[in-house]
Amino acid sequence: MEMTILFYVFAVLTVGSAFAVVFARSLIYSAFSLLFTFMGVAGLYVLLSADFIAVAQIMVYIGGILILLVFGVMLTRQVTDVEIRTSAFRTLPATVVVGLALGTLIVIFIRTKWMQVHTIPDIEGTTMELGELLLTTFVLPFEVAGILLLVAIMGAALIARR
Amino acid sequence: MFEIGLTHYLIVSAILFSLGVLALSIRRNAVLMLMGVELILNSANINLLAFSRYKGLALEAHVFALFVIILAAAEAAVALAIVLHIYRTNNTIEADRISALKE
Repeated sequence: MEMTILFYVFAVLTVGSAFAVVFARSLIYSAFSLLFTFMGVAGLYVLLSADFIAVAQIMVYIGGILILLVFGVMLTRQVTDVEIRTSAFRTLPATVVVGLALGTLIVIFIRTKWMQVHTIPDIEGTTMELGELLLTTFVLPFEVAGILLLVAIMGAALIARR
Repeated sequence: MFEIGLTHYLIVSAILFSLGVLALSIRRNAVLMLMGVELILNSANINLLAFSRYKGLALEAHVFALFVIILAAAEAAVALAIVLHIYRTNNTIEADRISALKE
């Protein structure tokens, strides 16, 4: 029962603030709504018993990506400027098309008979198993991801400085 | 009441995905389009973790979700560097006013 209430709280938080991200008049409001979207998604991860991913979500998305996006907003506009308001264009046709696609997806999701296992193995958190998987089965992608991050950081610094 | 199942999570992620696509298609500002991409990546992650949970906690999906987060971080850093560079050369980041790749 509590799970149901918590799910709806997080789902409403996520979807509502995602609406605000898309339709807010000011870029800064969009960035701050994105904060609540990421928090809501992290809550959903906890309900899905993915504790490590939830913490990673908060640290990487809110601590890293959101800060970067706010910097992007601040550095490309003067905050007091009127121009910080952004316009939307072709709103109606885009909304209709996306709404149709969303309706199709939801109908498919409801009609499909998913195979669901409601019980989960009794383990204390996923961190230990996840660490073992990362350093045994998935060690090659893990190292490649490290190199990718290094290259991305160097590339970003190079592009932004020029 | 209604027990929360796989379908509930899938519907939340579908809504999040549609909002991300909407942000990409109706907003002109490049930073806002990036936010749309982040919404789409988040919805993909919800899908992965929901399928993992309702398959009896398959941890391979968690590894995959972790790589999605890593890629999102790298993508955001590079994309914002490009946006800053475009702002410096074109003095705007409205996507439909940028038509040249170099000055």
